[in-house]
Amino acid sequence: MTRLARVEDAALLTGQGRFLDDLDPLPGTLVAAVVRSPHAHARIRSVDLEKARRLPGVAAVIGPEEVLATLKPFPLSVKTPHPYYPTATDKTRFVGEPVAVVVASDRYLAEDAAELVEIDYEPLPAVVRTDLAMEPDAPLLHDESEGNVATDRTFAFGEVDAAFADARHVVTRSYSFPRYSSMPMECYVVVADWRDGADGPEITAHANFHGPFSMAPVVAGSLGIPTSSLRLVVPADIGGSFGIKSAVYPYISLMALASKHAGRPVRWTEDRLEHLLASSSGSDRLMTFEAAVDDDGVVSALRVDLVDNVGAYLRPPEPSTLYRCFGNITGAYEIDTVGIRARAVVTNKAPTGLNRGFGGQQLYFGLERLIDDIARERGLDPAEVRRRNLVPSDAFPYATPTGGIYDSGDYHRALELALDNTDYERLRKEQAAARDRGEWMGIGLATIVDPSATNIGYVGLATPVEDRTARRGKSGSTEHVRVTVDPQGIVSVLLGTVPQGQGHATVARDLVAAHLGLPVEHVRPRVELDTATTPWTISSGSYSSRFAPLLTSALLEAADRIAETIKVAGSVLLGVEPERLELADGMVRVVDRHDRAVPFRHAAGLVHWDPGSLPDGLSARLYEEAAFTPPQSKAVSRTDQINSSLCYGFVADVVVVRIDKESLTLSIEHLSSVHDAGTILNKTLLEGQVHGAITQALGGALFEEMTYSDAGQPTAGTFMDYLCPTSAESVFPLTSGHLETPSPLTRLGAKGCGEGSSMSLPVAIANAVADALNAEGVEITSLPLHGNVLHDLLMTANGD
Amino acid sequence: MKAAPFAYVRPGSVGDIVAELARDGSKVIAGGQSLVPVLAMRLGRPAQLVDINAVPELNQLMRDNGSLRVGATVRQRRLQGDELSAAVPLVRLALPWVGHREIRSRGTVCGSIAHADPAAELPAVACCLEATMVLASSRGTREIPAAEFFTGALSTAVEPDELLAEVVFPVAKPGEGFGFGEFARRHGDFALAGVAVRVRTSGAAPSARLTCFGVSDVPVTADVSGQLRAALDTTGPVPSRAALVGALAEHAGDIALDLVDTAGDGHASPAYRRRLISGLVAREVTSAYLKATRSESERGSR
Repeated sequence: MTRLARVEDAALLTGQGRFLDDLDPLPGTLVAAVVRSPHAHARIRSVDLEKARRLPGVAAVIGPEEVLATLKPFPLSVKTPHPYYPTATDKTRFVGEPVAVVVASDRYLAEDAAELVEIDYEPLPAVVRTDLAMEPDAPLLHDESEGNVATDRTFAFGEVDAAFADARHVVTRSYSFPRYSSMPMECYVVVADWRDGADGPEITAHANFHGPFSMAPVVAGSLGIPTSSLRLVVPADIGGSFGIKSAVYPYISLMALASKHAGRPVRWTEDRLEHLLASSSGSDRLMTFEAAVDDDGVVSALRVDLVDNVGAYLRPPEPSTLYRCFGNITGAYEIDTVGIRARAVVTNKAPTGLNRGFGGQQLYFGLERLIDDIARERGLDPAEVRRRNLVPSDAFPYATPTGGIYDSGDYHRALELALDNTDYERLRKEQAAARDRGEWMGIGLATIVDPSATNIGYVGLATPVEDRTARRGKSGSTEHVRVTVDPQGIVSVLLGTVPQGQGHATVARDLVAAHLGLPVEHVRPRVELDTATTPWTISSGSYSSRFAPLLTSALLEAADRIAETIKVAGSVLLGVEPERLELADGMVRVVDRHDRAVPFRHAAGLVHWDPGSLPDGLSARLYEEAAFTPPQSKAVSRTDQINSSLCYGFVADVVVVRIDKESLTLSIEHLSSVHDAGTILNKTLLEGQVHGAITQALGGALFEEMTYSDAGQPTAGTFMDYLCPTSAESVFPLTSGHLETPSPLTRLGAKGCGEGSSMSLPVAIANAVADALNAEGVEITSLPLHGNVLHDLLMTANGD
Repeated sequence: MKAAPFAYVRPGSVGDIVAELARDGSKVIAGGQSLVPVLAMRLGRPAQLVDINAVPELNQLMRDNGSLRVGATVRQRRLQGDELSAAVPLVRLALPWVGHREIRSRGTVCGSIAHADPAAELPAVACCLEATMVLASSRGTREIPAAEFFTGALSTAVEPDELLAEVVFPVAKPGEGFGFGEFARRHGDFALAGVAVRVRTSGAAPSARLTCFGVSDVPVTADVSGQLRAALDTTGPVPSRAALVGALAEHAGDIALDLVDTAGDGHASPAYRRRLISGLVAREVTSAYLKATRSESERGSR
């Protein structure tokens, strides 16, 4: 039998996956349905739960009164007076906002009872557009605040105004980026149990939540309990997330409360309608980008004005979409002067959060469209403008004005590789010929820095320096593992990264096996996370492509210590000093005398069975924990600088599109994508990440958008209207290239590789469409792009 | 996303089906590809589902003189693959556009027609071919021409107690050619705009019948023989594909202006739909004409 590419696949392919909805971890669990607001904005006059409570089979019904009686608002990352609870309390602020929860013996009954919940709403004017929400007379979402701008910060690094005053040319453009999700196949699932213990409530919650575990104290805070009284258990299999499931956490509080009232554990499985209405998405953004440019197209300074629409609440970790890319806000370019205004606005849409690429696709849509517009204004090829501005290869480590330290890279070489892989010069000639024939063909580029291993300290940026408490900074990108060896020499590896399909177990197994000289079958990875037993801290979890740079570094540190103990045990058996021993082929052997060897399992057995034979002072320990803690991840400085990620990879995309003149159907003729994620750990998995990121980018660029009517009603509430690309839409010629400039900061030189093209390809496609339609006078300033949009743009350009 | 309570019956004969349908709030279920989501979203709350899948006679697909009769439970995929459907080429052209293979495996031909989505393919095919609908109830059986069957978006002439027992498609005659095309944002989606075309070259002058879908509440049918003849006047009777497409394009914009009658939505404005219909009309009338002339010459050479 051919070996499967991943240790995860046999179970998944044979229906043996362990997804939470398949599991019954707490016997006697009841089932919940959530009653949601049909109004975008309405005052809750009254809530009557009695009829629902009287339906046979219903165990409990809770609403705003029960929520307010027990829960506190979730702690926010800013001091804005926007109390956020897991249900509406005074007003509903978006369609789909939970208002009540019904707990019954099955979901059908729970939904029947949900229809009996009577809520008297007083509809209020709604606002969904970012620009309108900032108007002085806009409907106010949170009565106790002065306006809908939840956070507004201005930063200047270098002499920004002077640079613009002195500039030969200033190129200014405004863009908007749409709201979309990554649409995981599995929706949210929570099973929660509330027990009153001697020291207060003890909550056990099983959830397909993958972190960041900074949300664990947020949930505990809402429940009014210490974080250690909240036991979070995450199953081995999560059916995708791409960041979207980080927003499961409000439902953990809500279902814990439902369990308190039902007196039994409560399960809630989100359905697709709920998911599309009210789970999470990337934020939509209005932005203005401005560059000070010389005659040669070299950018000396940048001004960016970002306004994120975060929906009805500043749900943590928002407003982080603004700040996740703070250290790399100047992208791949050598620009040392930058002015930034960063605002987040609340509107009557669903709250936003992490989405693969988090903040990157929004940032680079502005920056990379601007670079193309600079090229057009200066009459230069967009590849040439990039060449003239990219951070030079000898500049690493490169310090950005905003505090980022780019650890390694060779941006020029990566760009040239991406161009060569499409035969760029020939392509431009082909394009000229196509234009002569009246055809619409376009070539789009994007060159971006791909940050990974987030330093969660960037959340501090949302708070002005004078309001930040000294010595209460936040920082860190730590990742944890535990490695143990059983008496037969089988190695277990417990990971704290909570994968959702990425294949962490496969890479962990292969690395440990190679490191300990064992066959891969002797290494058994475990990915279930239980906060009661798995080592973790606030920054744990799966986000910001942390596995490759961080977890593998911790893994080798723990494996090193296991190897030391095994060698000591081997030295007892062989009578040779441990320094002369090595681990290979399942044996502990003398470095230059391979016949003098004992099996690894005998050495492990000695530690378990005969610790009395170990040298004095050595503890008989075959379990090792490690927490990789890079010192480069510091809290925000007093000058508002931050190294917002540990590693900075690079992506260059070159995409060729053709637009059919009759139907305006857009087709991708070729994509050349070059990724530098440092040392490659597993080529197959890396390619899988590249393909996945490309497909999600395709969704955002061409198909997906969470649209709302002006009155705040979602207009893409089912898969009939929220269109994800399928395999039929995702097949086109792809040349994927790789460069490896190892990170000096991680154990293996690996950087994250999970997000890459999800940040770069949306704008590369926009640049290609702009290039194709340049002669028609069409400006591309937003996404998604499809026939109907192009039709309108062409009509507008023609003055129709 | 769970259905409200309903009763469920699975009768063994057409007589029992129509007896059950006579009860208030009854609804037929066959493939369930449209009804099940409607139930799950509680957008529809039938008191009783009448499952018609246990009646063998409703699962008949047969050639009957000049007709192809498709029973109420015949799956779209079966019709697509059965050699009998070669006699109705327009059905063969249209079926690959209906949903995805998985949907066609369960979805029925009659179900799609009875559901009457304005953007669905099979209602347009029925209209273009002048198919006949056979309705059964405890009051007896009646036949309705496709042109009178579709009364609005998701509305038909079927009474609450009636079953669409059969759809009867006329078999293609020599000298007939067909065209079918549509645009959707993704493969398998309901069409933003689509056309079904039948051209006849057997008479004194060629005629063309066009049905558009996705552009109004119901499939919209028009006689475009005049435009086809005018185009042929400029190209001659044996045109190249490109020449005829070009000549028809002169008229296609006016045809689209006439036929597109929808407020549009976020996926396609009325103006964009007219653009799509214009292109489709020129292309598919050309295809149908060229096939018709070929089918005529094949007959001549036989």
